[in-house]
Amino acid sequence: MIEIKDIEKLAELSRINISNEEKEVFAGEIESILNYVDQINLAVGETDKARSLEDGGFKNIFREDRDSHDSGQFTEDLLESAPEKENGYIKVKKIL
Amino acid sequence: MIDLKNLTISKTHDCLIKGDFTAVQLAQSYLDKIQDTGQDIKAYLEIFSDVLSQAEEADKKIAKKEGGLLAGIPLAVKDNILIKGRKCSAASKILADYTAPYDSTVASKLKDAGAVFLGRTNMDEFAMGGSTENSAFGPTKNPSDLSRVPGGSSGGSAAAIASEQALASLGSDTGGSVRQPASFCGVVGLKPTYGTVSRYGLIAMGSSLDVIGPITKTATDAEILFNAVKSKDAMDSTSVEVSGAGAAVQKKFKIGIPADLMDTDGIDEAVLRNFNESVEKFKSMGYEVKNVDLPNAKYSLAVYYIIMPAEVSSNLARFDGVKYGLHISGKDVIDDYFMTRGRGFGREARRRIMLGTYVLSSGYYDAYYNKANQVRNFIKNDYKEAFKNVDFVMTPTAPAPAWKIGEKSNNPLEMYLADIFTTPANITGLPAMSAPSGFKNIGDKNLPLGIQLMSDYGREDILFKAGKDFLEEELFI
Repeated sequence: MIEIKDIEKLAELSRINISNEEKEVFAGEIESILNYVDQINLAVGETDKARSLEDGGFKNIFREDRDSHDSGQFTEDLLESAPEKENGYIKVKKIL
Repeated sequence: MIDLKNLTISKTHDCLIKGDFTAVQLAQSYLDKIQDTGQDIKAYLEIFSDVLSQAEEADKKIAKKEGGLLAGIPLAVKDNILIKGRKCSAASKILADYTAPYDSTVASKLKDAGAVFLGRTNMDEFAMGGSTENSAFGPTKNPSDLSRVPGGSSGGSAAAIASEQALASLGSDTGGSVRQPASFCGVVGLKPTYGTVSRYGLIAMGSSLDVIGPITKTATDAEILFNAVKSKDAMDSTSVEVSGAGAAVQKKFKIGIPADLMDTDGIDEAVLRNFNESVEKFKSMGYEVKNVDLPNAKYSLAVYYIIMPAEVSSNLARFDGVKYGLHISGKDVIDDYFMTRGRGFGREARRRIMLGTYVLSSGYYDAYYNKANQVRNFIKNDYKEAFKNVDFVMTPTAPAPAWKIGEKSNNPLEMYLADIFTTPANITGLPAMSAPSGFKNIGDKNLPLGIQLMSDYGREDILFKAGKDFLEEELFI
């Protein structure tokens, strides 16, 4: 049973403001979706071992741990999209 | 006046080479068509202002014989694929004014090929939905019936092709978002094998599920566009080498019908009748049809609605009003996050973020997320076994034709059930293609229907072969 306080907790974890009216709607909707997905517990089967991590079917891919580009190469392009900036940095409100 | 209706990519390429018309004339014809019909259908969020100058560049390429098959071909691109210097909003308020600082891999490949980008197409916000009704900028209409949805989430890309507002388009498919709108609009949609097309520069939704795919008028065109965009890419470490299996060899193909999936309640009668007719058509062309067991395939949708929101909640954490996109100022820095995300994300995005947060939270993680991954492996194994006996698994693409705009807006679960046949391909990573198979007549409207064929990993070649057979394309070339 999903209650309003559960939705409030999820909204807090997700860092999303939601209205009181929406809390009730979301509680009902999320509960019905969770009830639906519960059917995965009925599944019976075998794992495809050939494609599982343990068998080496997949492996992590890393790039070399060194500078992949010149420092500052993309700074201007990327800062272009920042809502607030100052002297080549993104600016946020005071934290402490 | 160029007859857009009968154009395909290969035919257009011939015309451009022979000089029947120029890329500029072709682009102008599409702009005129968009001018005429665009307002009714609303397939596009933006028509680019430099279409004709792109076409001029393409004409130079063609004159120098530098262009490939796509030189001068007018394309529409879903609004979650980045093209440098152009807006890309994922149909969300949180990215409404975002300008792409770099090219996605698919965009840079298409630029090199000399393709002409007409504009960016409407979609469900962050590709979350099956109707484009979740777009922050209003829904797209189905060209076959303006009171109905075009499907989604790549609804704009499919509607643009069905209404001759582009020759071909790109969409993205996380749970059916290329195939289902292709089916609803009566065009071809391909979801490639996971990893064959780079995701670099695609705005992420569910990273283990997302793949970019073509929406076209014919299977031949889907093959051309797929070959142009596929690549193993250093910028996407999940991308894979494709064996490049050329044209499928002639043989007697076997199609498997999964009773486990077809027994689902709620398949429209006309869809079922059309599906059976399509099976007969394949038989008459020499395809063998048999039953195939996929006991866990029916859990794909439930698995999908755990794994996808889990990945959504993680991927959408980056939208915080600090680095880029919408910024709404609150009383302190944390309040900036809450305000920006609360107002910037639409209802479906917020619902999925919270659902994903729930299934990933300690105490529920094992019961939902881990269990879903276990069942995901069962499903993969089912298909692996199935493809030992058949070349294809065939179902309808969707259980019903396009619904009325607004009909399912207040019942998200009912909307999700439309993905029952399409989610297995994303859960397994297998390729699948939707091909138009007929119509359901309602009043004076003909609503398009589609069939879906799935094949084994990397076997897009036989999907194209079967698609061309089914649509009788070879006869017209």
